Amino acid sequence: MSSSSSIGRKLGWLSVVSSGAALLAASVALLFFQLQEERSRMLRRLETIGDLIAFNSAAAVDFNDAEAANTMLRSLETRPDIISAGIVVNGRMFAFYGEDLRSADRDGLLRTTAGYQLTNDDLTVFRPISSHGRPLGTLFIRSSLQDIGQTWRRFAATTGVVAIPALLIAILIARLPQRAIARPILNLASLAVAVSERKDYSVRAPVERSAAEIEQLVSTFNHMLTEIQRQHVEIQAAQTMLEQRVADRTQELHQRTEQLEAQGRELAAANKELESFSYSVSHDLRAPLRAIDGFSQALLSGYPGRTLDERGVHFLERVRAGTQKMSNLIDDMLDLARVTRRTLERRDVDVTAVSEEVAAELAKRHPDRHVHCEIEPRLRASADSQLLTIVFENLLGNAWKFTGSRKDARVEVGKLSNGGKAVFYVRDNGAGFDMAYADKLFGVFQRLHDESQFEGTGIGLATVKRIIARHGGSVWAEAAEGAGATFYFTLGDNS
Amino acid sequence: MSEQPILLVEDNKDDVELTLMAFAQGRITNPVVVARDGVEALEYVFAEGRHAGRNTREQPVVILLDLKLPRLGGLEVLERLRADSRTKYIPVVILTTSTEEADKIRAGDLHVNSYVRKPVNFDAFLEVARQMGLYWTLLNEAVPPRW
Repeated sequence: MSSSSSIGRKLGWLSVVSSGAALLAASVALLFFQLQEERSRMLRRLETIGDLIAFNSAAAVDFNDAEAANTMLRSLETRPDIISAGIVVNGRMFAFYGEDLRSADRDGLLRTTAGYQLTNDDLTVFRPISSHGRPLGTLFIRSSLQDIGQTWRRFAATTGVVAIPALLIAILIARLPQRAIARPILNLASLAVAVSERKDYSVRAPVERSAAEIEQLVSTFNHMLTEIQRQHVEIQAAQTMLEQRVADRTQELHQRTEQLEAQGRELAAANKELESFSYSVSHDLRAPLRAIDGFSQALLSGYPGRTLDERGVHFLERVRAGTQKMSNLIDDMLDLARVTRRTLERRDVDVTAVSEEVAAELAKRHPDRHVHCEIEPRLRASADSQLLTIVFENLLGNAWKFTGSRKDARVEVGKLSNGGKAVFYVRDNGAGFDMAYADKLFGVFQRLHDESQFEGTGIGLATVKRIIARHGGSVWAEAAEGAGATFYFTLGDNS
Repeated sequence: MSEQPILLVEDNKDDVELTLMAFAQGRITNPVVVARDGVEALEYVFAEGRHAGRNTREQPVVILLDLKLPRLGGLEVLERLRADSRTKYIPVVILTTSTEEADKIRAGDLHVNSYVRKPVNFDAFLEVARQMGLYWTLLNEAVPPRW
């Protein structure tokens, strides 16, 4: 499955190792106990033999009969495990039986006290020899430990024969709970893989008898799957809805874009039409006017043999005045159309200079008028300078016109600050108007005065309004009949 | 040497008559040749078509060119004249009612000599015609014909 072994194998190893360790510990303890037992049994036997020989050889020692003592010791031949034996009297080897001893060994054996001495290979028992309570010497008997080694091997063999099947049985028994624990977990693992790979949230882990925690794990896992499946369905529904909505919106947007494009095309076509219309107006409408005016003038200046009487001259002059007015109307209409079409070119404009130029031009055009003109110095604004000039031509032109009847005509240009916003104004002390009609002021062909009193085409303020609107500003007026008028305007955010 | 003609390119009969009247009153004595459209104007200048065989050494002292003309417009006529080395120095004055900025720019690009608006008021027009006539026939030093 992966680099780490499966939980089943791990559990198997765990049971093998634990039962093996238990068996081993038990065997070792048993072996140790057995060896101890064997050793003490051997010690008791050697002591008994030693006591017996010591008792029997007491007389031989007492009578200094080494031959008898050696004969006594040779009786040990019947016991193959006894390597050697000897009788030590006064630190001297009195009698000896068995293999030759190394000198180092011999020194260790020349002791007089009772007891025993244990090495890896042999066990030596020391017994006192005495007669009627009088110590005569010491007897030692050395026995090989081969018997104990045999016992050990026998025991190990027996343990092996018993332990291995026991271990196998232990493993088999351990497998039962191991299967009960490992299988549900393995099931869960493969199920998790299936879910994550196939995104199939409908599968469930089988619920079977197992440990309580495992059962809880499985049921929690299944519960989690149910929850995930529910959320998955919800998310899919939401996604489908969202996709549908996006598709709808896209479709809508597409339609709207098409509509807008169509409108744009229509608008462009309309603009084009308007342009050719105004072109025709400027060209074609003026030509017949010029003919009317030209031939009227020709009539007026007379031709050979004929002159007009006073009434005839009057009529022709009316005709010429009419053509002039119509010509002015056409010019103003074209200006208005041009203001709309022109692209706005904002830059820093010296408003004072612009209004002074316009005022100077007006003064030149009306040399008979005396108008006191006050223009605030250093007025600046961000605006289209040509369009701003048209604004002042109209506003100052109106101021000039409507102060025509006053001897003390006054015109003022200045700037106010309305909450940080620059508000320019043109004020006069002329005829003014009734504020009740203020809303009609900026409409095309709207006039608030009798034409015989103040002439005009009624297009000028409409042009002003359009220019201000194109700057993103606003224009308004305050006035009272007979008490002058003030026109205010702003030039949008960039001003 | 006879006086060089003024070429008036104008389709409107009223305008032709009024212009001739204005020249007469302004005492402009040069002969006035009238072309009714752009094609005829070019035929006259290049001595082709209706004007074939004309003496090309005798070129107009000035061409008064309307913008809105049948067949070939005034700006196209100007373009053809400026594109030809023989006619590129002939003075051309646009005489029109149009005050369209686009027209003025285009005419300027084509090296027009002057752009004059025809006033509706006949008195003003008389003055325009008189001054124009004086200027182009008497004051202006033209480049000699290139034929």
